[in-house]
Amino acid sequence: MKVLVTVKRVIDYNVKVRVKSDNTDVDLANVKMALNPFCEIAVEEAVRLKEAGTASEVVVVSIGPKTCQEQIRTALALGADRGIQIETEDMPESLNVAKLLAKVIDEEQPGLVIMGKQAIDSDNNQTGQMLAALTDMPQGTFASEVKIDGDKVNVTREVDGGLQTVALNMPAIVTTDLRLNEPRYASLPNIMKAKRKPLDVKTPADLGVELKAHTKLLKVTPPAERQAGIMVASVDELVDKLKNEAKVL
Amino acid sequence: MAILVIAEHDNSTLKGATLNAVTAASQMGADLHLLVAGAGCGAAAEAAAQVAGVAKVLVADNAAYEHQLAENMGKLVAELAKDYSHIVSPATTTGKNFMPRVAALLDVAQLSDITAVESENTFQRPIYAGNAIATVESMDAVKVITVRGTAFDAAAAEGGSAAVETVDAAHDAGISSFVGEEMAQSDRPELTAADVIISGGRGMGNGENFALLEKVADKLGAAVGASRAAVDAGFVPNDMQVGQTGKIVAPELYIAVGISGAIQHLAGMKDSKIIVAINKDEEAPIFSVADYGLVADLFEAVPELEQKI
Ligand SMILES: Cc1cc2nc3c(=O)[nH]c(=O)nc-3n(C[C@H](O)[C@H](O)[C@H](O)COP(=O)(O)OP(=O)(O)OC[C@H]3O[C@@H](n4cnc5c(N)ncnc54)[C@H](O)[C@@H]3O)c2cc1C
Ligand SMILES: Nc1ncnc2c1ncn2[C@@H]1O[C@H](COP(=O)(O)O)[C@@H](O)[C@H]1O
Repeated sequence: MKVLVTVKRVIDYNVKVRVKSDNTDVDLANVKMALNPFCEIAVEEAVRLKEAGTASEVVVVSIGPKTCQEQIRTALALGADRGIQIETEDMPESLNVAKLLAKVIDEEQPGLVIMGKQAIDSDNNQTGQMLAALTDMPQGTFASEVKIDGDKVNVTREVDGGLQTVALNMPAIVTTDLRLNEPRYASLPNIMKAKRKPLDVKTPADLGVELKAHTKLLKVTPPAERQAGIMVASVDELVDKLKNEAKVL
Repeated sequence: MAILVIAEHDNSTLKGATLNAVTAASQMGADLHLLVAGAGCGAAAEAAAQVAGVAKVLVADNAAYEHQLAENMGKLVAELAKDYSHIVSPATTTGKNFMPRVAALLDVAQLSDITAVESENTFQRPIYAGNAIATVESMDAVKVITVRGTAFDAAAAEGGSAAVETVDAAHDAGISSFVGEEMAQSDRPELTAADVIISGGRGMGNGENFALLEKVADKLGAAVGASRAAVDAGFVPNDMQVGQTGKIVAPELYIAVGISGAIQHLAGMKDSKIIVAINKDEEAPIFSVADYGLVADLFEAVPELEQKI
């Protein structure tokens, strides 16, 4: 079985992003970029399926400008077999990403697609679900456990009240939650090896997809600042402030 | 055209998040309809008909919708969507699961987790873990939107008298099935609805020590939350995680105990009205958002707090 994994290049999760002074967007100049943490978990899960003999090949796809090849290489260093970059502008809209991925699925015919549940830049949490709808596949979103059982996959999902398990016919789409696994670090020899793994570059036109703008970003502003607080010296003082100043007790 | 809000419910009661979504939807236009899709969901539909401001309740009562599987819900809502200008749902794990399917089936974008309605086609939503707020205009004919509950007041649960209409469409995609669930049982208020929350982080050391927080919670009628580190370490279940990728909360009072204050945690709680932080490290970033910070060992401060409130 072939497993397709999608990876997105995003701001490193440790970086606190700043809004540009003209409020057109956030400032990503000279900011550290990385593999979206949820996509890293997706790669790890796919590689483990391969190591267990369940998957035969792990293909990673990223959609964006040439810079996203860096994240494809990271995924290859973690154990994926080959990469596909689809060349677009920065931050393509989710529906466009899903349409491009649907064409990749047509060509590659994977048995399982593993994606992140959320890109930590847009915080959209939607691309996997959209792709599932476009390909008429079932989806196991926010997965904390994935078990393949014949031609079905059982996915345990992190939902608001606890955990829910669903059984999906394959091919299926899984989106990862944080507790699905703990990704490994790439070893130096694997990083070197990854440089020689195949990486195809395609354009939306190659795939016959016309990208369409559905939304317009009008402005980006900083969130409301909180008023500076105070330090209290004791529990007594804390309780007093909560009762008499904040009046929340 | 009318606006369709998808109700979140457990077949017998309406979940609170629905009421916040109704308020958001009422800012987009006037004629509000609520969809209750479930199995044996008559009681939830009755509750929906009482919600103030709702003109009509659509009830799709069919085994296919019992667990609100995204494959089936997506098809149902996409079919109903042709009569509506906006499709709105709470940004809960249920809404997040099926709404993007609706959007893709309609060939439109989804605006996730909106926090403000500027006009019928322009909305605000947080990006980058809430470190920036995007104002986004939708150019699609049908707007598919999920709503961050903490950003909108709850509509009144009573006072309405909507007409109830049955929807016959039974969409069973037949490609997925419900196997089981393990729901956390608790007598405490739900995190997203609580007025007071006390959350513990890695500093709690283990799951048993969360009893310290529970004692305070008992006295305050509070919910108990956690950081990702506490959930990952297995101290407490996943549904207690507050943050960018967990639950977004905004209570009157949020008490963070043994939590350092990573960007991702702050994203889930920094809109709380009053924030208290108890941490033994005076440099912990949580103090930068706290109204009241106490540098102390939690194992001394929390029991003392419990005594004194
Ligand atoms: C993609 C992604 C998504 C994430 N999403 C979330 C999310 O939704 N929610 C979330 O919370 N995190 C999230 N995280 C994790 C986040 O980055 C932090 O790792 C996490 O919040 C840290 O949890 P913590 O504060 O409990 O632990 P730590 O950072 O280890 O802090 C523990 C704190 O406890 C204090 N302490 C220890 N002992 C005591 C004591 N006896 N008395 C008083 N204080 C004490 C320490 O001084 C320290 O400040 C995410 C990370 C990633 C990469
Ligand atoms: N440009 C992209 N290239 C590759 N994968 C993507 C891209 N955008 C989104 N994804 C995938 O979809 C997941 C969810 O993204 P989102 O819906 O934007 O939050 C991500 O974790 C990725 O796995």
